[in-house]
Amino acid sequence: MNGHRIAALVLRYTYLYTRSVPRVLEMFFWPVMDLLVWGFVSVYLQRVSHQVPSAVTFLLGSMIFWDILYRAQQAVTISFLEDIWARNLLNIFVSPIRVGEFIAATYVVGFVKILITVAVLAVLALALYQWNLFVMGFSLVPLFINLLLMGWAVGMVTTALIMRWGQSAEALAWGIPFLIQPVAAVFYPLSVLPRWVHPISLAIPATHVFEGMRQVLRGEGLSVEHLVWAFSLNIVYLVVAAAFFRYMFDVARDKGLLAKLGTQ
Amino acid sequence: MAETIVEVQHLRKEFNGTVAVADVSFTVQRGEIVGVLGPNGAGKTTTIQVLLGLTSATSGSVTVFGQDLKKHRVEILQRCNFSSAYTGLPSNLKVRENLLIFSKIYQVKSYREKIETVLKLFEIDHLRDKITGHLSSGESTRVNLCKALLNDPELLMLDEPTASLDPDIADKVRKLLRRIQREKGMTMVYTSHNMRDVEEVCDRVLFLHKGRIIAEGTPQQVTQKFRQKSLEDVFIRVARSGDLLGETSE
Repeated sequence: MNGHRIAALVLRYTYLYTRSVPRVLEMFFWPVMDLLVWGFVSVYLQRVSHQVPSAVTFLLGSMIFWDILYRAQQAVTISFLEDIWARNLLNIFVSPIRVGEFIAATYVVGFVKILITVAVLAVLALALYQWNLFVMGFSLVPLFINLLLMGWAVGMVTTALIMRWGQSAEALAWGIPFLIQPVAAVFYPLSVLPRWVHPISLAIPATHVFEGMRQVLRGEGLSVEHLVWAFSLNIVYLVVAAAFFRYMFDVARDKGLLAKLGTQ
Repeated sequence: MAETIVEVQHLRKEFNGTVAVADVSFTVQRGEIVGVLGPNGAGKTTTIQVLLGLTSATSGSVTVFGQDLKKHRVEILQRCNFSSAYTGLPSNLKVRENLLIFSKIYQVKSYREKIETVLKLFEIDHLRDKITGHLSSGESTRVNLCKALLNDPELLMLDEPTASLDPDIADKVRKLLRRIQREKGMTMVYTSHNMRDVEEVCDRVLFLHKGRIIAEGTPQQVTQKFRQKSLEDVFIRVARSGDLLGETSE
């Protein structure tokens, strides 16, 4: 790993965002729209039913947390797509950049983007719904890290699929996270899901994060068990995702797909 | 004795059973400009892609600077560069920013001076603060060439570098490449469909057809070998009846 090369790629993506108003707006548009919709739905639920007093808290927390996961995945995949769109991929892959350095740069870019987006959402949630994300205190850090790790793992798998099947697989960049959403207990607790889905759900790191978040918001503190499961699963998935990415990279190289992607 | 920069031995590349390169062996010496020619499907692009590490060989070996490309890809690519008329640089970045990024990727020392030098070399220093996507195709090609020279590569691979240039700029670029080769002893591997480019720039050409080298030598030697007036005539005859020529031209 060479820090200079990673920094150079980070600079490339930073320039990209400072030069493009639509890209900057995209960072905020969907998260803010989600926040508004889910926020007002929560307010409505709170008014019509006294049985869900924590609806605002849970739904807003879930929405912001989901966005962390989604954005982390997007950062890896979209950075790769940006180089395809710019026909710059070939220049990158014929330079001395290692695949790991390329991925590391997308992680850094994603991390910064997520920090900015979450900061904006936190301020809006406080202003519009009087809900403070930081009420979770220190528990926020391990939960945030786990979502980031899972987003990166999913991002690597998505990018590997695009590398193998080209731009026709581009829709995966936006679609794959939503395959996980229904079973990851994002907006509702695990207990809502049918029993037979539980093993699948518990094998997803995000499930432990969202369950953990609800525990914290209920004032029960963060369960060590959820945290250990989330970290352990994330480590396994990151290793598997990296191996899958490497395998697909080799397949793409063997089939001459890197050059095709770079000049499409 | 000249130093061997590239050594390709019995390179073979198949894509799902289709043979793109059947059996290609050649060397490139330091300071040489070698043209890789051939009709569409001859295997020249695949050969260049293997040299760049973009595609893996099915069999055979490729050594660059005396090192196995498979094992020392990063070290080798640090000393190489590449420019193609078919690739671009991020279009919404300024020319200077794109060159800055690649300077950092190749860890160029005194990169600000180097960027200015290459921009002046290709007479596009006035474009340094222009958005890359706003450039004409000829200007973009020259920016690509600037990128390719940032790290003073010992081996430069050029894929149709003059494809989108007008005759005046193409002529300037050809002369410039020759000058760089003379002054810096840079080794170049050059592909082009423009035979005038090849005749003017290349010291030696490799003529590929159906995945094999069917002729090798200076442009004049290859022309004489096929009893033609120019490389373009050779190209046309090879494209139309390459198998026959390959057998009878010896």
